[in-house]
Amino acid sequence: MKKLLSFKWLLTLLLVAITGYFYSKDGVITSSVVSTALIFGLPLALAAMVGIMCERTGIVNIGIEGTLLFSAFVGFFTASATDSDFYGVVAAVIAGTASGVLLAFMSISWKMDQIIAGTIINILATGLTSFLYKQGHTAPTTSQIDIPWLSQIPFFGQVLFMHGPIVYIGLVLIFVLYIALFHTAWGLRSRAVGEHPGSADTAGVSVFKLRYLNVSIAGAVGGLAGAYLSLELVGSWDRGFTAGKGFTALALMIFGRWNPMGALAAAMFFGLTQAITNQLMFSQIVKIPDQFVNMLPYILTIVVLAISAGKVRPPAAEGQQYEKEQA
Amino acid sequence: MSALLEITNVTKTFPGVVANESISVSVSAGEIVALLGENGAGKSTLVKSVFGMVRPDSGEIRIKGELIAPGDTGGAIARGVGMVHQHFQLVPVMTVTENIILGDEPKRGIFINIKAARAEVIALSEKYGLEVDPDALVEDLPVGTQQRIEILKALRKDVDLLILDEPTAVLTPQETDELLQVMKNLAASGVGVLFITHKLREVMAVADRVVVLRNGRVAGSTSPKETDEEGLAQLMVGRNVVLQVEKGEAKPAAPTLEIKALSVNDDRKHLAVDALDLEVRAGEIVGVAGVEGNGQRELVEAICGMRPRLSGEVLVAGAPTPDMHPHGVHAMGVSHIPEDREKHGLVSSYSIEDNLVLNQFDRAPFAQGWIRNVATLEENATRLVEEFDIRTPSIKTTAGALSGGNKQKVVVARELSQDTRVVVAAQPTRGVDVGSIEFIHNQLIAARDGGAAVLLVSAELDEILSLADRVAVMFGGKIVSILDAKEAERGLVGRLMAGLSA
Amino acid sequence: MAGKKFSRTWLTPVVAVLVAFAIGALLIYIQGADPLKAYQSLFSHAFGSWSGIAKTLGKATPLVLSGLAVTIGLRAGLFNIGVQGQLVTGAFAAAWAGYFIHGLPIYIHLPLALIFGITFGAGVGLIAGALKAYRGIHEVITTIMLNSIILALVDYLAGHVFQEPGQILARTPHILPSATIPKIFSLPSGFFFAILLAYGVWWVFQRTTSGFRLETVGRNKSAAWYAGISVKRAVLIAMAVGGGIAGLGGGIESLGVIGRFEPTFNTGLGFDGITIALLGRANPLGVIPGAILIGGMRGAAASMQFDAGVAPEIVDLILALVLFCVTAPFLAKWLKSTEVGAKITSGWGN
Repeated sequence: MKKLLSFKWLLTLLLVAITGYFYSKDGVITSSVVSTALIFGLPLALAAMVGIMCERTGIVNIGIEGTLLFSAFVGFFTASATDSDFYGVVAAVIAGTASGVLLAFMSISWKMDQIIAGTIINILATGLTSFLYKQGHTAPTTSQIDIPWLSQIPFFGQVLFMHGPIVYIGLVLIFVLYIALFHTAWGLRSRAVGEHPGSADTAGVSVFKLRYLNVSIAGAVGGLAGAYLSLELVGSWDRGFTAGKGFTALALMIFGRWNPMGALAAAMFFGLTQAITNQLMFSQIVKIPDQFVNMLPYILTIVVLAISAGKVRPPAAEGQQYEKEQA
Repeated sequence: MSALLEITNVTKTFPGVVANESISVSVSAGEIVALLGENGAGKSTLVKSVFGMVRPDSGEIRIKGELIAPGDTGGAIARGVGMVHQHFQLVPVMTVTENIILGDEPKRGIFINIKAARAEVIALSEKYGLEVDPDALVEDLPVGTQQRIEILKALRKDVDLLILDEPTAVLTPQETDELLQVMKNLAASGVGVLFITHKLREVMAVADRVVVLRNGRVAGSTSPKETDEEGLAQLMVGRNVVLQVEKGEAKPAAPTLEIKALSVNDDRKHLAVDALDLEVRAGEIVGVAGVEGNGQRELVEAICGMRPRLSGEVLVAGAPTPDMHPHGVHAMGVSHIPEDREKHGLVSSYSIEDNLVLNQFDRAPFAQGWIRNVATLEENATRLVEEFDIRTPSIKTTAGALSGGNKQKVVVARELSQDTRVVVAAQPTRGVDVGSIEFIHNQLIAARDGGAAVLLVSAELDEILSLADRVAVMFGGKIVSILDAKEAERGLVGRLMAGLSA
Repeated sequence: MAGKKFSRTWLTPVVAVLVAFAIGALLIYIQGADPLKAYQSLFSHAFGSWSGIAKTLGKATPLVLSGLAVTIGLRAGLFNIGVQGQLVTGAFAAAWAGYFIHGLPIYIHLPLALIFGITFGAGVGLIAGALKAYRGIHEVITTIMLNSIILALVDYLAGHVFQEPGQILARTPHILPSATIPKIFSLPSGFFFAILLAYGVWWVFQRTTSGFRLETVGRNKSAAWYAGISVKRAVLIAMAVGGGIAGLGGGIESLGVIGRFEPTFNTGLGFDGITIALLGRANPLGVIPGAILIGGMRGAAASMQFDAGVAPEIVDLILALVLFCVTAPFLAKWLKSTEVGAKITSGWGN
């Protein structure tokens, strides 16, 4: 534990030093790369929060990809129909919540195998959106908000304070989740349910209700991530455009040890890798075929898992049905 | 005295089992009521109904006259019921404080006030004289301490009714005595105590009244003043005297199972078996007696190749057995009746036929090369079902559909029907009905008379005393004493189990 | 087999399919089209004529294999979502061997090309199996990642390294006649082979020690280890054999239907395999009816769009609903049927 902690700090220090070095060489590009890292990393981080909220309370959620795809779809076409980015985001969050409720229903009420339940969400989302998809629509996207004063700070201004609204909401949400998970009664109870449901049940906490609540809220967070993808980052919706982010998020969750801050850091690392690759391609420093660039996150995911496997301990009751009555 | 708890005509069935049939029990304030019965008599199910962990099919439960809705744990807690569960309901990765406050956390604003929580735990621990470290992680604590946390959790809110479900199973006799004293003090201060046990001594020591359950029904109600241990035992079992086994004189030959300086860790990486030596000769039963948690489980698992050995060796007929290779140990003629039959002994979704060959499916005559020999499999199953009296509709029935006793008979049939030099039986009659217990005991004696070396590990002292030719008492990971059956007198073994010198 | 038991086991899948079609009809109706007309078109094109049946069985061939690959995993307690990637790899490898290797007679070249498909498919399965067996990483995540990696990789290979000369599209040259699967009575002979294979897999699980080993691992890992069965080896074997069968399916598709490799040819085959395997209740023979049904729908979807004006993606949606209904325990309970059995969910990281 201690060894890893020092490793973590060493890595942070190294990153800061490297960033500082590049910033002194070329401030504009460095700020833009780091800012892009946040833009690319945020949906992954939010998707990882979905996983954390579910798994901390004992429900495996492999349907995040479907939640992202479906909510991005609903968000985009609602925004298109109402000509309002706000309604689009709201609709996406509602769609995400609905997918969360469906997962809760299948895995808690129906006691279905949770991985099959998640797979059904993915396949349903793909089927439904492909069927309903109509080409040629446009929708208003959220616009960038520069935070007064703060956006003027060199480097940090561009990196942190010149983004669309969902970036700010998302970042705040992640910090709120972190604090709630470790410092509130809700967090204590949720973690207890994920580790040893009987302990919560015998203390008068309803395992059933808490799991339902958390998986549904997690769906809402996934909806926000979906809205971010179609209404802030890309500005459109296309079949399969979530490109495995929902699965990568699970790897980030594991690498971040089911801790929101850990997952955020891992997501930012992923975002940075992509931002740097993009920059290198853009400035023609290296020429890599597109396909290999596309492969990178998937390969990273496997590598990340191979590194962290066996060294992390998932919530003990993960994936298990809680049977209140036993003979 | 008004009735604090009134259970009226409660019935509960699980698929295939009637756990409680029209049971009525009451507890008054300041009274200690013992709920006595064998494993599977329905004691736990009944108290779980009171605490909302089980929904009864019919009947009423009233606390202080108020009707409790089925499955309403929160409501039971709110009405002053505290419960100490048989299986600890603690989160291993959380601290003692977090575990105790779970469900009713002291708050400051929206956050948990961890300082206040800590102070509360310390105060609570001082009030009842149950010492705990509020900041320790539960998983790092020994079982006895975890039991204390469970009790503190139950006592945290001023309870009027305390339910204890077999609280002494994991305690040493001294710890048990301390707990009994705590119960007496609580009763003196007006708390009603409902106490589950199958140990007669404890009932005689503390109970004001005793309700005996048998096969899910109230078999009788009495008090320690009106009866003695003999009488309670009769009520419990429904016939004269517990567990008398007919067996001839042992004719031990050369040592077949030799354990030399064996050391083993438990799951928490603490030393559980400490340089242990033991010999079992062909044609004798050596019974390992001890309070649970003194390394018996780890000893059995290490012998059978299921748990890594730190040092030392296990020899069968002079040849060393492999470490961490259960099948390799089995192939040397060691039959094993595992403690956790659902996990290791059986594949519950497989038929009885397949379960009966689980560790020899790929050998002749059950397989010829790559092909399984269906006719032999059926023949084998039909013969063993008959021979071992396995009550089942068919050999194709899945093992999961059988009762506990019949499941165990499947395991026993498989293990003892093979050519075996050593039999290691761990808690062979746990959760098994009386008829099957007798049968399994006779099978173990038959194995002994057939020349096998039998090592019997059991938490039931009666079982050890009635079956064993020699009794090895285990305490703190060591065999502290080996007694001949004739000199293994109950009181003496009990003192040795507690770590006292004879 | 008792008729009563048979009908109970298979009632759930049948009802699931009917319910899914009913919901699908509702959605078609809401879209403003005629569901009856759409379904009539779908079924008459799929099963109403000799050429339709031939097309259906051709489409069903890789689906039988893909369903078998998933089934083998389920039996061993693994959820092989990577059948898609394994199949694509096999399709590519077989096509490559089919056009690149010259001068062999058909009775050597064709089997050799198929063996290429099997080997590479098995290799991809084995990667996920090894990551599970030696690093403890859940096969669900690794196979999903491998699917995407493979898709990008074959796109690159077919678009650059092994591209047909003078071609803009990403596709390999046409395979040689000596590697082409012949047709029997206008039916692709691959279908009969797939049926035979399904029977073979069923027999292995019924009658052999290897099948018993895999199945024991799938049902109770602790008991399997205790009984001397290597869990690691079972995982490796199940993933390799599943991958090999999927690779064979891809190979048959390349050599018997497409005639070359195109990265876009079969984007849903592997995922349909999941639906088929669950519809077949993880029974190797049970995959056959599901594969024929889905093959027929896939084959006739375009004609249905022409006849009834319904988007062909309705098939994806219906299949998703089928999967939903067939795994819904309430349906199973309602029909008093038995459960599929395999438990897949476990921790990700150990």
